[in-house]
This record gives sequence, structure tokens and C-alpha cells, in this order.
Amino acid sequence: MDRQGNTYTILYSIVLVVVVAALLAIVSLSLQPLQNENKQNEKRQNILSAIHITSTPETSAKDFEQYIKEQYIVNSRGEQKEGDAFSIDIAGEYGKPADQRQLPVFVAEVDGAKKYILPIYGTGLWGAIWGYIALDEDKNTVYGAFFDHAGETPGLGAEIATKHFTDPFQGKQIFDNAQLVGLLVVKGGANGVHEVDGISGGTITSKAVETMIMSYLSYYEPFLKEK
Amino acid sequence: MSLFSGKNREYLLGPLSKNNPVLVQILGICSTLAVTVKLENALVMGLSVTAVTAFSNVILSLLRNTIPNRIRIIVQLVVVAALVIIVDQLLKAYAYEVSKQLSVYVGLIITNCIIMGRIEAFALANKPWPSLLDGIGNGLGYTVILAIMGFIRELFGSGTLFGAQIVPQGWFVANGGAYMNNGLMIMPAASLILVGLIIWIHRSKNRDLIEK
Repeated sequence: MDRQGNTYTILYSIVLVVVVAALLAIVSLSLQPLQNENKQNEKRQNILSAIHITSTPETSAKDFEQYIKEQYIVNSRGEQKEGDAFSIDIAGEYGKPADQRQLPVFVAEVDGAKKYILPIYGTGLWGAIWGYIALDEDKNTVYGAFFDHAGETPGLGAEIATKHFTDPFQGKQIFDNAQLVGLLVVKGGANGVHEVDGISGGTITSKAVETMIMSYLSYYEPFLKEK
Repeated sequence: MSLFSGKNREYLLGPLSKNNPVLVQILGICSTLAVTVKLENALVMGLSVTAVTAFSNVILSLLRNTIPNRIRIIVQLVVVAALVIIVDQLLKAYAYEVSKQLSVYVGLIITNCIIMGRIEAFALANKPWPSLLDGIGNGLGYTVILAIMGFIRELFGSGTLFGAQIVPQGWFVANGGAYMNNGLMIMPAASLILVGLIIWIHRSKNRDLIEK
């Protein structure tokens, strides 16, 4: 057969593409369970780090069960409903109008005290940023925070994922006399119960964290106000 | 001809120094700049590229007499793309942390000029065994440079190696010492300067490589 002819060329490409497609489908299907488990372990670790529990991929499932006592979903009117809060895709919900979003709540118990862990999501300088914020039982005082990002500048904006940035959130308050004020990320010399220090050189990302916290807490506001 | 005759040995070892893809052919620079902040990432990236160059060289060398010339480049791309996706999927399943840090750069292995360059220049004209050696050799040549840069950048940029603290904590300004990590080292610009310095040193040791 003529190796340079049209028929040969078309047949060759068809066979090649079918073989490669089949191969990739097999690889993808056989590795999927492992990949999903990695993602879920990471999510559990992230949620736990908001309440200062350091977990490893191996122990995350056990730790999660030990600390997270309850999980449910609320809507923007504060109405609670049953559901698997863990499986809600926050990035997907972020694309919906604010009043239709499903808002997960994880209730943890640390040393006998109740903590509410709320996921937050927003946009940083280069891409998505997200995290979890843990509140004490009064739904006002911050117990801990965790942030991560898709691609903030290494050494600058990316520092929001470090303890150096998240530790000062503990003990801050999001309400000022029943008025939701969120947490302000300020440039140097943070004082007062609503302010934390930003990152020098990472101002846009720091401000994005502030905006993200405020907007997400405002969705949760009806839930946070009910005592 | 034995499997490791002089010529075959040259295919495997040549790219480590005299014929290094990064230092001499100046290929694959983009990923060299992007993924060398940490030594571990640099090594995983290097080994991933080695796996892709080795397998793509062998596969295309086996197919070389059947490929219609007009769609030669497309066939190469399909094979390389499939291998890259497989590597990406394997990393996501078995080395999740590293795959997160390498992020888009694993997918971008397909654009690494070393791979297409070696297929075009070598695999399409040689038998599978020399092609395999050539693929491994070039992949390792790339890995060596990445490892050197990852070592320097992680040590001076973060004070760690493989994530373990090397520079004593007490030396840092924050703990009363007089040492600070070099912030430039974690920026991509530092790798360009480092590659330049490595090329300089390499050429001054191999004077025959210096362009007239």
C-alpha cells in the first residue's frame, strides 16, 4: 500500500487516535478512585486545620470523624436542611446567584467546646483563593482560619497559606454590636478586635482575603445571628 | 554490536555534559525557570520528562517506518500528549502533593522542546534501542540541571532541602541571628541568572563548545 497516499494516511490517523483514546480511558478510569480519595483527604485536612488540628492524608478520615460532630447545609435565609455538607463543591456554588447557594456548616467539638467551621471562597490576584474559618460557639469570635490559593505570587500573596498569616486571626471578632463587620486585613500595626496584619508586598491578595471573608460571612449572616 | 558499545554509551552519557539539552542546545528553558524553587519538585519534574522522552522516543522509533510523512508531526504530538496525560494522572494518584505544586507544568511537558527535538532529530532515524538510550540520556541531562538549580534555589531561597531545615533556625534575624533567606531565589528571574552562570562555568570547562 502506498504509504504516502490519502487512504493510508486517513486509516493510520483513525487507528492511532482510537488506540490512544482507549488507552487513556483505561488509565483514567483505573486511577480515578485513588485521585478522588486524595482530593477528599486534602479537603478533610484543610477543614481540620481551621480548628488547629494537623492531620495527614492517612489519618484524615479518622480525625475528621473524631472532631466533626455534625454537618448540615443552610441557605442565605439561615434555614437549615439536612444534607451531606462535605460533598458540596464550594467553587461550583460560587458560580450561582447568592440567594441560591447551598452553604455548608461543619460543627466541630474541641475540648468540649462547639466550633462552627464555614468554608469561604473568592478571587485573589491571579486566581481563586479559598479557605475555612472556624468560629466559637458565640458565632462571633474567630477560633482559627485556613487559607489556600490556586496561584498567588510565591513569597508574597502565597504567604496567606502560612501560619504566620493565619495565626493572628484567632480571637478576633466579626460582629461589632450586632453589626457584621468581618475582619479587616490592614497594612501594618493591626489593633482592635476586627483587624489582622496583611502581608507586605501582597496587598492585593491580603485585601482579597478581607473581601472574601466579608462576602461569605454576609451570606451566612442570618445563620450567624440566630443564637 | 553490543548493547553498550561506544556509540550507544555516547547516546546515553553525551547529553549529561557535552551535549546537554539545556546547557548546549538551550532547549526546555521555560520549565527550567518555573519548577526549580524546590529540589523535590525539580527532581519529580525531571524524572517525568525523562519518562516521557524515553517512551516517546521508543514508540516513535518503532513506528518510524509506518508514519505517513505528511502527518508526521501530528502523530508525534498525539503520542507525546498521551504519555504526558498518563504521567499527570499517575502523579495525581500517587504523588498528590507534588502534582499540586507542579500544577500546570506537568501538562506543559508536551511543549518541552527537548521531547519533540529528540524525536525529530533522533528517534525517526534510529532503531528503538539507541532511541531509548538517547531519550533517557537527554531526560537525565535535563534532570541534572534542574536538580542543581533546585538545590541552589531551595537552599538559599528557603533555607531547606527536600523540605528539611538546613540553615539553623537560630541564624535568622527573627530569632536574633543575622541571616535572611534570599527572596530573589524564589522568583523566576533568579533561575535565568543561575542558568546563565551554569552555562558560563560549563563552557569555560569545555572550551570547544564556545561559539566562534
